[in-house]
Amino acid sequence: MDEKTYSENSADKPVEQPKAVLETRQIQAGSLKGEILLLKDQGYRFVTITCVDLDQESVDLIYTFDRGLEMVHLRIRQPKAESAPSVSDILFAAFLVENEIQDQFGICFDGLVLDFQNRLYLEEEVARTPFCRYNVTRNSK
Amino acid sequence: MSKTIIPFGPQHPVLPEPIHLSLTLEDEIVVEALPALGYVHRGLEKLCEIRDINQMIQVVERVCGICSKIHAQCFCLGLEKMMNVEPPPRAEYLRVVWSELHRIHSHLLWLGLFADSFGFEALFYQLWKIRERVMDINEATAGNRVIISVNVLGGVRRDLSAEQVRWITSQLNMVEQELKDLQSTILDDYTIRSRTVGKGILTREKAYELGAVGPTLRGSGVAQDCRQLGSSALKHLEFQPVVEQDGDSFARNKVRFLETLQSISLVRQALKGLPKGEIKTKFKGSPEGEAVSRVEQPRGELFYYFKANGTKNLERLRIRTPTFANIPPLAAMLPGIELADVPVIVLSIDPCISCTER
Amino acid sequence: MFSKFLQKCRVKSPWVLHFDCGSCNGCDIETLAVLTPVYDVERFGIINMGNPKHADVLLVTGTVNHRNKKVLRNLYDQMPSPKAVIAIGACGLSGGVFREAFNVVGGVDKVIPVNVYVPGCPAKPEAIIDGVVRALELFQAGPEGV
Repeated sequence: MDEKTYSENSADKPVEQPKAVLETRQIQAGSLKGEILLLKDQGYRFVTITCVDLDQESVDLIYTFDRGLEMVHLRIRQPKAESAPSVSDILFAAFLVENEIQDQFGICFDGLVLDFQNRLYLEEEVARTPFCRYNVTRNSK
Repeated sequence: MSKTIIPFGPQHPVLPEPIHLSLTLEDEIVVEALPALGYVHRGLEKLCEIRDINQMIQVVERVCGICSKIHAQCFCLGLEKMMNVEPPPRAEYLRVVWSELHRIHSHLLWLGLFADSFGFEALFYQLWKIRERVMDINEATAGNRVIISVNVLGGVRRDLSAEQVRWITSQLNMVEQELKDLQSTILDDYTIRSRTVGKGILTREKAYELGAVGPTLRGSGVAQDCRQLGSSALKHLEFQPVVEQDGDSFARNKVRFLETLQSISLVRQALKGLPKGEIKTKFKGSPEGEAVSRVEQPRGELFYYFKANGTKNLERLRIRTPTFANIPPLAAMLPGIELADVPVIVLSIDPCISCTER
Repeated sequence: MFSKFLQKCRVKSPWVLHFDCGSCNGCDIETLAVLTPVYDVERFGIINMGNPKHADVLLVTGTVNHRNKKVLRNLYDQMPSPKAVIAIGACGLSGGVFREAFNVVGGVDKVIPVNVYVPGCPAKPEAIIDGVVRALELFQAGPEGV
C-alpha cells in the first residue's frame, strides 16, 4: 500500500468527517418482548443480536430484524450485573446468539430454551468473558 | 422403545469440518438433534482491537476461506459507507466479477461434496474437475487460488487486462458447457432423486420464521437475496433470485445448481459492461460511529456490525454469518428422519463451521 | 521379513486421515482438491480414510484451540505406529493470522509431534503433495525415520 489510509492522530483528520449513525430505536428491557411480538406480527423476522461492551456497568444489546431486505434495530441498555430477558421462547432462532453472548460477555439470559451453560465455544482454560474489557465474574446460580 | 444416543462428529468422513451432533434415536428415527460447537472457535472478532482497519481485511478473509472475497467486500462496504467513500465504477464491476467467481467455485465445491455425501463419487470428481478452471482464473488474476485478497478500502487491488477478460470469458464458456452436460445427471438422476427428494423438508413458514438464509431460504420458496439490494455494480446488471418451492434437499440442490449458471451470466455481464478508469479511490481518516452492512454470500446473507471511535482500530466488529442463521432451521429439520439421511441433510444447508464460530 | 513387507506396503500405499482443527477452510479445500482428478494424489497410492485406526499419515490443517486439542490428541493416540503427522498451512505451523486470538493455542506441534511442515496461506496443492511425499521418505527410512 503506497499511502497511509488512516491518520495517526486526530489533528490531520478531515474536519468535515461526519459521524456515521445507525438508526436504532432505544427501548426498555421490560417492553422488549411486546415490541418483538409486534414486529413479528408485521412480518419481520429475526436477524441477530449484537452485544457491545460500553463501560464497567453496562452493555448495549442491539436486536436486528428484517422484512424484505429492510432492517429495523432495537436497542436496550443492559446492566452487566442483572440477567437479560431471553427472547428464545418467542424466537427460537435467537438461542444460538444468546448462548454466544453468554459465553463472550458473561450476560445471563433468563429462560433460554437451550442453555449451553457458558460452554458453547469455550473450555475451562480460557479466560472468562473474553470480549469484555472489564472482567466479569459469574456468580454460581 | 428405548432411546439410543449416537455421536455424529467432530471427526466424520462426510464432514470436512468439525461439528458435533448428539443424535437421539428411537429405532432408526432421529427424535432430537443437539449441536455442539466450539471446535473451530478462534475469537477473531476480538482481533479488531489490535489490528488496524487495513489489516483487518486480511483477518476477516480468514473467517472462511471459501467465501473470503465476499467477507472482505462486506467489511469494505461497511467502512466505505461510514466514511462516505465511493469506489470508482471499474472497481465496483471488478468486485462483482470476483465475488461471482467465488460463488461459482463455492457452489461447485458444495455440489461435489453433496454428491459425495450419498456416495456418488464420479459426480464429485467431475464437478471438482470443472471447479479447477475457476481456481485457475483466480490464480491468474489475483495471484492465489483460494484467498485472493483483492479488496482494499476504497476499491480493488488488481486490474484485469483486455486479454485476461477474453480469456476469462472463454474459460467460463467451457465451465458452462461442462455444467450443462452434467445438468441431466444432477437434476434427473434416479440415485440423486431417491436420496434427496422429500428429505429434510423445511416449509416456507418455518424457513422464514427460523431465520434461514440463502439457498436454504430460497429452496423453500422465499425470493430473498441480498444481491437485490444492488450493492456494488449489481444495480446495473440483470438479476433475479432463483427460487424453488419444495423446501427439501433436492430443491436446495437445484437452487445452487441454477445459481451457478446465473453467476456465470453475471460475470459475463459485468465483464461486458466493465467501464474504464481508476480502480481505487483514496481512503483517508478513521471511521467514527456505527454502521451495518450486508451482502449475499454463497451460503446466504452475511451481516456485519461496526462500531468505531475515530481511532485506527475498530471498537467492536460483529459478524453474523449465514451458517449461524441456518443452524436453527437445521435443528428443526432433523427430527423425524432416518439416521442414514443425516449426512445428506446436514450437508444440504452447506454448513461452514469456521464461518459460524469465527 | 513380514515387517519388511509391511513397510514396503506402507510406502507404496499410505492411507491418510484428514483432520480440520480450526482452519478457515482454505487449506481444507486444497487438501480435498489434492484428492480430485487434476492433482490426483491416488497415483502415489494415497487413499483418504475416515478412520484413525486405519491411517498411516495424519494431515492436520488449521490452528489448535482449547476444545479441539483434545480431539486431535485422541485421534493421534488412536493411530497405530509408525505414523507421520503433516501440519498444513501457516495456521498449523504457528497459529498464523490468528495467533493472538484468545482461544488459540498455536501450532499443531504444541499438542502432538509433527514430522513435516507445509507452509502457505492457504498451502498450494502442489506443496501438500510434496509434503506427503516427504513423509513417505520417512517411512522408507524405516522405524527410526518416523
